[in-house]
Amino acid sequence: MSNHKLTQLKALEAESIQIMREVVAEFRKPVMLYSVGKDSSVLLHLARKAFYPAPLPFPLLHVDTGYKFHEMYEFRDWMAKEIGAELIVRRNEDAIAKGMNPKEFGVARCCGALKTKGLLDALEEGGYDAAFGGARRDEERSRAKERVFSIRDEFGQWDPKNQRPELWDIYNGRIHEGESVRVFPLSNWTEMDIWLYIREENIPIVPLYFAKERMMVKRGTMLIPADDVRHLSEGETPEPVLCRFRTLGCIPCTGAVYSDAANMDEIVVEAAAATRSERETRIIDHGANSMEDKKKEGYF
Amino acid sequence: MSNPMSEFNFKLSQEIELLRLVTVGSVDDGKSTLIGRLLVDTKGAFEDQLLAVSRKKGISSAAEIDLAMLTDGLAAEREQGITIDVAYRYFATPKRKFIMADCPGHEQYTRNMVTGASTANAAIILIDARNGIMPQTKRHTHILGLLGTPHLIVAINKMDLVGFDRKVFDSIKAELADFCARQGIHDLIVIPMSALNGDMVSVRGDSMGWYTGPTLLEVLESLSVLDKVDEKAFRFPVQLVNRPQTKELPDYRGFMGRISSGTVKVGDEIKALPSGKTSRVKEIVTFDGNLDEAFAPMSVSLTLTDEIDISRGSMLVHAGDSIEETREIAANVCWIGSEPLEPRKKYLVKQTTNTVKALVSEIVFRTDIHTLEHGASDQLGMNEIGQVKLKLQSPIFHDRYADNRGTGAFVLIDTFTNNTVGAGMIV
Repeated sequence: MSNHKLTQLKALEAESIQIMREVVAEFRKPVMLYSVGKDSSVLLHLARKAFYPAPLPFPLLHVDTGYKFHEMYEFRDWMAKEIGAELIVRRNEDAIAKGMNPKEFGVARCCGALKTKGLLDALEEGGYDAAFGGARRDEERSRAKERVFSIRDEFGQWDPKNQRPELWDIYNGRIHEGESVRVFPLSNWTEMDIWLYIREENIPIVPLYFAKERMMVKRGTMLIPADDVRHLSEGETPEPVLCRFRTLGCIPCTGAVYSDAANMDEIVVEAAAATRSERETRIIDHGANSMEDKKKEGYF
Repeated sequence: MSNPMSEFNFKLSQEIELLRLVTVGSVDDGKSTLIGRLLVDTKGAFEDQLLAVSRKKGISSAAEIDLAMLTDGLAAEREQGITIDVAYRYFATPKRKFIMADCPGHEQYTRNMVTGASTANAAIILIDARNGIMPQTKRHTHILGLLGTPHLIVAINKMDLVGFDRKVFDSIKAELADFCARQGIHDLIVIPMSALNGDMVSVRGDSMGWYTGPTLLEVLESLSVLDKVDEKAFRFPVQLVNRPQTKELPDYRGFMGRISSGTVKVGDEIKALPSGKTSRVKEIVTFDGNLDEAFAPMSVSLTLTDEIDISRGSMLVHAGDSIEETREIAANVCWIGSEPLEPRKKYLVKQTTNTVKALVSEIVFRTDIHTLEHGASDQLGMNEIGQVKLKLQSPIFHDRYADNRGTGAFVLIDTFTNNTVGAGMIV
């Protein structure tokens, strides 16, 4: 009897690495979507493992909305430099010039212009036929249904009713001219796995994930960052709150949680005891079928 | 801190293993209730997710949650009230993490059931005690048998609706055991259950004292996970050749792949197929440092002591081992394409990291899933199962699926639509 055991994190790691290598082997021009969040950090770490000792065989693409936290921009640039990765930043400059924002135009329109259109334009411009994303199935109920290889038509749209069967660990990456594939190597990871893995592997993450006293406004049950006064409504007064972010997005649409978890051990303990899902702090998800609708339009 | 560190055991969290599960059954057999029960009992769903689908304010039991709303993630599913595609759910106990593929019950969506079942270490087959064995029970059990799912757990549910009658349980159990024995499945774990009340899910309850076996969660926590795939012959399908050609690594040549089965050590004599050339393992390279030994299902890179011809699609095996190399295969096939499989049609076969053209030379038989009888047929329609012979344009290296899942499995791809249309298991 052998004593070979793979812990569940190592089993997930092995699966993710295999997926990334299949994509690099079978696609002409892959790219990795890099959103600077914790899932992106794990995705990038796994990519470095997958192709070690070679450098990353694809660039990182950050679809910037202009509304990210300054800590995210600093971390992004530091990280790319640290590991010698090629970083491409794309923004929907048209919409940004027109002053697109969630307060006046609504969250759906703002996301559609800055994120979905920004992403689709960047993918088209780069001629990428495969794009890695850090989405996990435990995040949201329509994501729970998506394949690891998600085939998108020439408009980047997902057809959830007609997904390609995905058998064993054999991935069918054959696509027609114009089609592309979104690949989710973290499909089977949970939020808890992400935190445990970051802790175990000492993966650097944006400091916003750690608790600190920050200037915030309280909007209903949400804690909204007061970094940019343009996003605040009348009567909202910033006050210092000890808090941290469980997920990171755009400043106007990302809430923080009350927390004193200031290091990885404390974050893991907090995640283990959490009774509310992390997406609760993301305004983007609060609509009838919002994530599925956005995916159908080409969103990640 | 509000949560003392002692509440979370880091050491334990690092040691837990992964068990992949699939749940199958007919429509309305209480699958959603069972899954909801497992999620609620193991805290696999968050409060805000449960509240969003609860029928009342607050949650005190699984019955009060519309669990289908939780798992049916697509608008079309909620609109039609049926499950179309597999939903993956995640939960953990202090001993294990579980990935559960919740499969649709409708025959029309069998292709999605095969997707969910193909990676599973264990299957939970739900049966409504009032209805007994349904056609979908047979179809799903037969597919699970073909897929070689290592552990089959049968949950005879809704025992509360048959007065917790042991005779009902015994009779369904006997009938199913007989159906399974006829296709060579002998290890069934059968549990009477009331998912609604929670009896025999994570707690025993007090209605079925006559049942002395384990609860479902006890079974799930004790099943073996790796199924000794590391003790089988070493199989290493090469995904990519890594040649950084950088200043620091001008001559590095690493063969990247995931060990499909078996174990490899530094110094092992290996053989590369198709060339048949031999060499020795020089290093087992990983980002975290070189290893002396690696085993399935790890993803690693191997370097060899000699420069031999190896590229994507090559297979590394131990030098003394034999593996089938052939241009003609016979295989059991679950057909999931909308256009039928017919003799003389051409497809692509993707097996390990190889993709080759294939021609259907013969349909050996089609299986009647009710009687398990093999009959002649000139086609396999959607959701039908049979055995076919394929001629391949170039040879592949394989084992029998029953001996080795990783090297015995393949998918059939339609060359016109690029869709995956068949799941193949080499016999």
